[in-house]
Amino acid sequence: MYVAVKGGEAAILATHDLVAEARRGDAGVPEISVAQIREQQGLACARVMNEGSLYDADLAALALKQAQGDVIEAAFLMRAYRTTLPRFGSSEPVDTAQMAIRRRVSATYKDLPGGQVLGPTYDYTHRLFDFALMDEPRPASSPLGGEGWGEGRQNGEGLTETASLLSSDPAAPGHLLPHGEKESAPLDAHMPRVPDILGAEGLMEPEIAPEGDPRPFDLTREPVSFPADRDVRLQAMARGDEGFLLGLGYSVQRGFGGNHPFVGEIRVGEVSVEFIPEELGFAVDLGEITLTECQMVNQFAGSKDVPPQFTRGYGLAFGHSERKAMSMSLVDRALKAREFGEAAEYPAQQDEFVLYHSDNVEAAGFVEHLKLPHYVDFQGELELIRRIRREREARLAAEPETLPEAAE
Amino acid sequence: MIRRALLKAVAVPGYQVPFGSREMPLARGWGTGGIQVTAAIIGPADTLKVIDQGADDTTNAVSIRAFFAKVAEVATTTHTAEATIIQTRHRIPEAKLTEGQVLVYQVPIPEPLRFLEPRETETRKMHALEEYGLMHVKLYEDIARHGRIATTYAYPVKVEGRYVMDPSPTPKFDNPKMHMSEALQLFGAGREKRIYAVPPYTEVVSLDFEDQPFEIQHFEDPCALCGAEGVYLDEVILDDHGGHMFVCSDTDNCEDRRAHGHRGTLAGHALEAAE
Repeated sequence: MYVAVKGGEAAILATHDLVAEARRGDAGVPEISVAQIREQQGLACARVMNEGSLYDADLAALALKQAQGDVIEAAFLMRAYRTTLPRFGSSEPVDTAQMAIRRRVSATYKDLPGGQVLGPTYDYTHRLFDFALMDEPRPASSPLGGEGWGEGRQNGEGLTETASLLSSDPAAPGHLLPHGEKESAPLDAHMPRVPDILGAEGLMEPEIAPEGDPRPFDLTREPVSFPADRDVRLQAMARGDEGFLLGLGYSVQRGFGGNHPFVGEIRVGEVSVEFIPEELGFAVDLGEITLTECQMVNQFAGSKDVPPQFTRGYGLAFGHSERKAMSMSLVDRALKAREFGEAAEYPAQQDEFVLYHSDNVEAAGFVEHLKLPHYVDFQGELELIRRIRREREARLAAEPETLPEAAE
Repeated sequence: MIRRALLKAVAVPGYQVPFGSREMPLARGWGTGGIQVTAAIIGPADTLKVIDQGADDTTNAVSIRAFFAKVAEVATTTHTAEATIIQTRHRIPEAKLTEGQVLVYQVPIPEPLRFLEPRETETRKMHALEEYGLMHVKLYEDIARHGRIATTYAYPVKVEGRYVMDPSPTPKFDNPKMHMSEALQLFGAGREKRIYAVPPYTEVVSLDFEDQPFEIQHFEDPCALCGAEGVYLDEVILDDHGGHMFVCSDTDNCEDRRAHGHRGTLAGHALEAAE
């Protein structure tokens, strides 16, 4: 016989115990450390930092550990923590033109000042299992694990400094190139951004700050209204779900959007973050962060006021996050439809659609809230459908059976 | 910031005030709007009650009550009459609320026009122009198709003759309780970043037509545990052959009635089983 369901509190405590057990897994396998996650799962940490809107590799690693590797859950932990942090000010804008380059590629020029720098990328790996990684941990890294592979260079020195490694130990087990070979060509100190090169010729849509150069909107403090300005859009996409933006960017390429993009440039590396404390009045270096920047170059036929020129799609992400930065830049360009007087027919061109649905922490919360009880509402639906069916049966029973009309 | 939004909401009944909703340690869609509103108004002298589907002991209600007991160190209760603040999801308590009490609703989709018009830019315009024809057409189409208005919960209301408002997904059974309520009613939608309010003694009228007046759900059987009639009931499945019983959705009301000696048809069995 029915007993009212009780004991929600005990059930919650029990589920916390079960989660702790599931997270630890087989106690016979050594526990993973936060430092191991930070160093060896750097790309996952970068994604958590992006979608959690907080640059802190240690916390991202902790979040991943606590969330059993569930990236959205980890981003949620970051967000819930981030919102409690005091804000002591805003940094100066970071200058990606001054980035200490780790990787820089352009699809629009074969060669360019500063050259193409392949850096660490999976692009040219064959996606074949490296079963050597299955073995017990070895002191040497795998052939794929060269220096600079993980996120966040520790020493913070310029890349040219690494040339000094040439004189050190020649034997580097597990590396494909003789030690020092890949560092033998020091990188150019000057690496102009490709859109700036186009801009010098007047071929690139200029990016002009709005009048008075106001502080960017902060969507974590203020509600968004529509139509949303570009600062809001870029901010929303920077914390938006990589998969969602990837799908939207892909839709633009497949014809659900009218743009024909070229990768003007992707650059990955470190930039320093500067802050001007009020009491000092000059900039203080707070340290450096790893960023990935993508600038897409798109065709634009021009309008009656604007001569034909290239237009920009911009993507910027924490850590080495190329897929995110590229997707973001595709959608950024699509969302400029209104500014260029293009018809906004497709999802990727509609700011309400993109901004409301790109936040995976919000989306996951709302989708998963369907797990909560809804029996009060369901009862209303049950009652209605039973009543309508009863009425229908009564009506059918009352009506004498008639043949279908000839006009059918 | 939230208090300012609340003041504006109270000043313009039924109007959705945008606010800078913060991340909460609970997931979006699990009551973050209600939590922010409650956190903004709660004080050391308050007594908090949290219900989900009318019940104090559903897991999410337990979780939210424990959260406030921990971070705000407030007294909590399951008794409607003792509470100064009641945070709710999907129900209004059966016991009449009184002056000085605040009912805080968790709201998933604050926009009553959302499923008729997905764009926020458009729906804001429609509210500004008091352009609610689309909603009436929807209700009319229901009648044309089903012979009645086929909305059973989140049934739209008009507040103080001006704004059409979503009462949150409470069953329409509860709509009449909102009208001229002595208690202050606050609505928080965290994910959608909107707050709205119905001040005490405000007109709240469920939309209908002259020849199709609004009506609430009626249950044929009384509560099987406490024998209550004229309350909202949950259906509980007893076996897999269609056997079922109806019990109070408002658990506090049901327990209170049983404490006062009311018995439903199955109350005896339930007590035996519980022993």
